[in-house]
Amino acid sequence: MKHVAVLQFPGTNCDLDTKYAFEKLGCITTVVWHKESSLPKNTDLVVVPGGFSYGDYLRSGAIAKFSPIMQDVINFANNGGKVLGICNGFQILTEIGLLPGALKRNIGLHFISKFQTLKIVNNSNDFLQKCDKNEVLNIPIAHADGNYYIDEEGFKELEANEQILVRYCDEKAENVVVNGSVTSIAGVCNRNKNVFGLMPHPERALETILGSDDGIKMLEGLIA
Amino acid sequence: MTAIVNIFLKEGVLDPQGKAIHHALDAMNFEGVEDVRMGKQIVLKLTSDNKDDAMKEVEQMAEEILANTVIEDYTIELI
Repeated sequence: MKHVAVLQFPGTNCDLDTKYAFEKLGCITTVVWHKESSLPKNTDLVVVPGGFSYGDYLRSGAIAKFSPIMQDVINFANNGGKVLGICNGFQILTEIGLLPGALKRNIGLHFISKFQTLKIVNNSNDFLQKCDKNEVLNIPIAHADGNYYIDEEGFKELEANEQILVRYCDEKAENVVVNGSVTSIAGVCNRNKNVFGLMPHPERALETILGSDDGIKMLEGLIA
Repeated sequence: MTAIVNIFLKEGVLDPQGKAIHHALDAMNFEGVEDVRMGKQIVLKLTSDNKDDAMKEVEQMAEEILANTVIEDYTIELI
């Protein structure tokens, strides 16, 4: 049975949804307050969930990087541990430098909250191993700062190393502009493919009665 | 001493807020605005009275937290 640690900062609001999701998938899940200095022993996966850590002050995710727990998360990641950042968690992981690029204000300035179709771009990683390449999934998004930016050189590296995970697309898997992201990128991983970040919320897509259960096959990959 | 840190998106990084302000100015018939960039200003009151030390310290603050140098540039003014 896998052990999942879900971080909680002041302003985090997806911690319990994320805990529910991984418990539903059969994991032992612990919510870890940001003031803790170390992750629980036997942690197999760290999830930095969505929300508004520190009220998004200064920049989304900027202040959370100085929380005591983050040093242990960085050590965990640098030793090959798997880390997933969802939404605000993705922003935190880019701020801390575990993931490349940065997330800016959406191109239309609006907070966007809706179901969005996503295309699996690369599945040569633990996270998306259960998904097919070019498969289209239906997953909710809810963000104001999801406009992914990376410079040209960084983008080439992402492409060459198959680090682009998902893109916003229509039902025919054609890229669509949702928030202004470079080439419609919705999620990326690091070069070593053990740190993953995405703006969409797979933990909100677990039951068809609530719109979609496509999130299950994403999250399952991380605990396989 | 006071340090004024101005932070803007880098040239070439699209600034959606600046663009929205530009659109609004156009809609209000303010002509002759070529471009609008929006940034933020952080004002720090420092105990140091040594300009070189203060500059070094504020530069470090800007690099480590005040700006995200992946997308932002900053300037520091000491007064």
